[in-house]
Amino acid sequence: MIEVLIIKLVLAGLVFFVILNFAGLHTWAERKQSALIQDRIGANRASIFGFRFLGLFHGLADAVKMFTKEDIIPKGADKTLHTLAPLFSVFFALVAFAAIPFGDQLVLGDMVIQLQIAKIDAALLYVFAMLSLGVYGVILAGFASRNNYAILGGLRATAQMISYEIALGVSIIGVILVYGTMDLSELVRGQGHMIGGWIPFWGIVAQPVAFLIFLTAALAETKRLPFDLPEGESEIIGYFVEYSGMKFGMFFLTDFLETIMLACLATTLFFGGWQVPFLMPDGFHFPGGMEILVPNLVYVLLGVLSFSVKVILFCWLFMQLRWTLPRFRYDQLMTLGWKGLFPIALINVMVTAIVIAILEEAT
Amino acid sequence: MAIKVVQRPELTFWEKLYLPQILSGLKITSAHFFKNLFLHTFHLLGLLKHLPASVTVQYPDQLRPLMSRFRSRHRLTLRDDNTPRCVGCMLCETVCPAKCITIVPGEHPDPHIEKYPVRFDIDLGICVYCGYCVEVCPEDAIRMDTGILDIAAYSREEMQLDIHELMDPELRKPLKDCNLKFPHQCTKESSEIEGTWTTIESPTSIETGKARDENTS
Repeated sequence: MIEVLIIKLVLAGLVFFVILNFAGLHTWAERKQSALIQDRIGANRASIFGFRFLGLFHGLADAVKMFTKEDIIPKGADKTLHTLAPLFSVFFALVAFAAIPFGDQLVLGDMVIQLQIAKIDAALLYVFAMLSLGVYGVILAGFASRNNYAILGGLRATAQMISYEIALGVSIIGVILVYGTMDLSELVRGQGHMIGGWIPFWGIVAQPVAFLIFLTAALAETKRLPFDLPEGESEIIGYFVEYSGMKFGMFFLTDFLETIMLACLATTLFFGGWQVPFLMPDGFHFPGGMEILVPNLVYVLLGVLSFSVKVILFCWLFMQLRWTLPRFRYDQLMTLGWKGLFPIALINVMVTAIVIAILEEAT
Repeated sequence: MAIKVVQRPELTFWEKLYLPQILSGLKITSAHFFKNLFLHTFHLLGLLKHLPASVTVQYPDQLRPLMSRFRSRHRLTLRDDNTPRCVGCMLCETVCPAKCITIVPGEHPDPHIEKYPVRFDIDLGICVYCGYCVEVCPEDAIRMDTGILDIAAYSREEMQLDIHELMDPELRKPLKDCNLKFPHQCTKESSEIEGTWTTIESPTSIETGKARDENTS
């Protein structure tokens, strides 16, 4: 029993270490990627002993700045809620990672370790519940600041997140129907086999429409461009206008954490999670009959690597989209969410259900 | 006034689909991203240096070339014996629209030269960089071609240049020991005149004066 606890604690520590560092690196990636897109060089001045290292230390400088800045709570604001709001945001963004499987079962001697912090039967429901609870951080931040603009920003954020959560939730029902499970690790395992030996049976193959809806709604969930109406740092004041120092930093971190979270979800649901094409638990099985057998450890590590690469690619795509598209107008945002994505997602679910029913009837 | 009806471009079905347009946008940004990533990687390896990966100038390390007529910080041109060419005619002080120039003239030992500046101050905090002083100077004694742009200071006093800095653009505040030989007012506050003409080889200055006379006649 105690080993299980230790293993789970080590897994949790490892995942949070990687995720938080990756979120920190996002600030660097954001600066550098935007610079490359716009033919600039990007932040490169922060140095330690004259050693600049491609501007990576700017993240460190940011952290030092955030922690040493004065923390201002506006006069008349609700101190408790004002302090709780960023904690809520970060907490719920972080705990959602517990249900993400980042590798297959690792067999060490007679121990079988599931590379997933918490194996929950309804993991998808858990993840979506945590993502929804993240809205509380946003609305509390707007409400507790005692600033009309912050309240308006919070309301915009809430309306947007709730609207797009519906499209997000409905779009993945199709995936649940296809694989017949809500357990994320079972769902990934279900994506393992090949259609006709060539095409991996990933979510995107089975549910391409759902993938596009999921991607769009996910972008809206992260509250970044082109859906950054809740924040709009430069023009339309957002819900964290009254936050400074590390509390603001936590909202910023939440954004990046949610980006990573949704990249993880997109990978898990639509790109086979830790699956590597042609890699079965005992080794590679190529269609020509060629086989390369690998031990369990290599298989699991390849899976983790595959998962990480896919997540990084998704983060890159989200960032690239963020620097490509202009912001939606609020009515366009709502139109797209309610009149565009939601009906398409519903039709997608119905068509999927009918096709599955017919296929089951046929067999 | 005639009314002009402007036909607003209608979005085609293809454009209303969003996705193709988003993809074409992504194509542009990704093309820039990968081209610059490729170039930056090669630059780190020391290759393809002639192809720039960014259009920006890394300012303090890398300066943009200035136009030859660019008006930067002033300097006083020198004669061969390291005395200012300025003859203290006060034209620049008179023409200056910002009234940032202060000249105190003194008598020059060479009879061919009218006067010389005992004090020549320019307050850069007031100067508007119009360049009139350069245009009006009959002796080509003041120029704005030092190429110094990064003029910044923590106090108004530091923005005030005196004759030492104007004659040697390399000098920076705080000034070290004065190395001007001819009589001049070293600081604004003291009315004391330091230096003598005798330490400067007078024949040179007289010769150059003569030479100029011959050229003009």
